[in-house]
Amino acid sequence: MPHLRRYAVFGGVYSNHLALEAVLKDAARRGAEAVYCLGDLGGFGPHPDRVFPILLDHGVHVLQGNYDYAIGHGLPDCGCGYTDPRDNHYARLSYNYTRARTSERWWPYLRSLPPLIRTEWAGQRVLMAHGSPRRVNEFLWESTSPDAFLRRLLRDHQADVLLVSHSGLPWQRRLPGEQGGLVVNVGAIGRPANDGRTEVWYALLTVDTEVRAELVPVAYDEERLAHEMRQEGLPQEFVETILTGWWTTCLEILPPRERSRGRF
Amino acid sequence: MPVALPLLEQVLPVLTEAEACEVPFQGLDTLWLQLTGTLCNLACRHCFISCGPHDDRVPVMSLSRIEALLAEAEELGVKEYYLTGGEPMLHPAFFDVLERVLKQGPTTVLTNGLLIDEVAAGRFRSLFERAAYSLDVRVSLDGMTAAENDVVRGRGTFARIVAGIHALSRAGLSPVLTVVEHSAGLAAEAARQRFLAFARSLGLKQPRVKFLPLVRIGRGARHTGRQGAEEAVREPVPAEGMASLQCSNSRLATEQDVRVCPILLDAPHARLGQTLREAHRPVRLRWASCATCVYEGLSCRT
Ligand code: SF4
Ligand code: SF4
Ligand SMILES: [Fe+2]
Repeated sequence: MPHLRRYAVFGGVYSNHLALEAVLKDAARRGAEAVYCLGDLGGFGPHPDRVFPILLDHGVHVLQGNYDYAIGHGLPDCGCGYTDPRDNHYARLSYNYTRARTSERWWPYLRSLPPLIRTEWAGQRVLMAHGSPRRVNEFLWESTSPDAFLRRLLRDHQADVLLVSHSGLPWQRRLPGEQGGLVVNVGAIGRPANDGRTEVWYALLTVDTEVRAELVPVAYDEERLAHEMRQEGLPQEFVETILTGWWTTCLEILPPRERSRGRF
Repeated sequence: MPVALPLLEQVLPVLTEAEACEVPFQGLDTLWLQLTGTLCNLACRHCFISCGPHDDRVPVMSLSRIEALLAEAEELGVKEYYLTGGEPMLHPAFFDVLERVLKQGPTTVLTNGLLIDEVAAGRFRSLFERAAYSLDVRVSLDGMTAAENDVVRGRGTFARIVAGIHALSRAGLSPVLTVVEHSAGLAAEAARQRFLAFARSLGLKQPRVKFLPLVRIGRGARHTGRQGAEEAVREPVPAEGMASLQCSNSRLATEQDVRVCPILLDAPHARLGQTLREAHRPVRLRWASCATCVYEGLSCRT
């Protein structure tokens, strides 16, 4: 009987240092022996500098999201891949705030993060990426990622298990057919998943003879985060999302199926 | 889309193979199916493929052709599908085809909305709910009033399109409204906001609007008075710009062949072969419309 191992994988911290602490605590309680972060450390939330020491203290393996690349290189925008003017307006607000408040000492760290992480679990080739293995800001939504396309990604990038984030909504799929394959979007821990609950989501991977994923909701002190966001002058729309669990911005990127489940 | 023959000089390449820059092919992400060829129940003034009610230059797709393309697309790992025409809902097996395509991937239907009645809206709704992947409906409109729209799309069309949108919204769907920028400044943010407000007034709860630049081929060219050789992509395009062009990751399939991109339905030199695999190769930016893509960021995708 092979030894059972557990790993925690999360993404989209978006400066939510309170959720980050809650997720790390939850992962430890569930016996995760290593923790991975799929990028986008800043954006949306308050006090971007607070997440770095937490990640370092816990030895989290971090890869580089589009936000981390942009802040690390001092780019003029976050490269999130929004197409709508309203989405871009809010993206700009949070990017400018985050860029101004991320101390220069963390820029080299952000620049040094790897774009992909590869490892092997139970003989399975595991590939972690921010958006997709081929593009850092590609959105992999459940309703717009057909099996055949995911199979192609696994094939092109030599992987059996693919873990991604960036889009902010968690889902997982075991691909039918001989080739098999597991794809998990671990969601984001920086803001709720547009499901009317205030918890945030991460993935717990269990490995024995195979790799299985469980998507785990985690509660944290969202009132306190909302308070900090208000004090920092972040948009009321963002605060509302934190307190209600419904997205109020970035709605245009959602496929119609995912959007129809939300309030806005 | 009408009887009017395509004006050949407008779909002929404006650059030679050697002059035009090459766009590498990055794999087939988006497959456009020209479901009804050039058959349409309208004959809009700006139609870039000059479709119409009696136009069978490009024939309606047979079910066997659709199956063959889908089988190939599955192997190639296509990410998304678009059903277009002409008016795709004129296809005799439209909803069966849509259901079939949705089994394989997310699908967007590009329609002029004329054929969307209560029954059709209900069928869209049930596919939207049941299908494994996302269904999106895109309705073309050319203004917020009959006066604005009807000069382009034809007399009386505004009321009929709006009725179609109403039917969708009553069925709980929020189609994307597509507007061609046929008058200056319509894409400006203020106009966009007005259009969104208009969409909400039609009962759409989660309104979305897509502005398309006018493509300068087909009737669109006559309409703008601009002609082929005046515009072409003569400068090298940076790699990033190349990757955002549809021809780098999309193809248009018809009953007879596979073409460079959804814009070049009519262009005789834009044929890449009969199968998707044959079309799996780089193309060159030889057409006047390429300037619209490169310099105005035209993409037909939602
Ligand atoms: S623009 Fe669309 S609706 Fe109008 S004629 Fe062309 S295909 Fe038909
Ligand atoms: S018209 Fe646009 S998509 Fe088509 S070949 Fe030219 S640049 Fe590419
Ligand atoms: Fe991201």
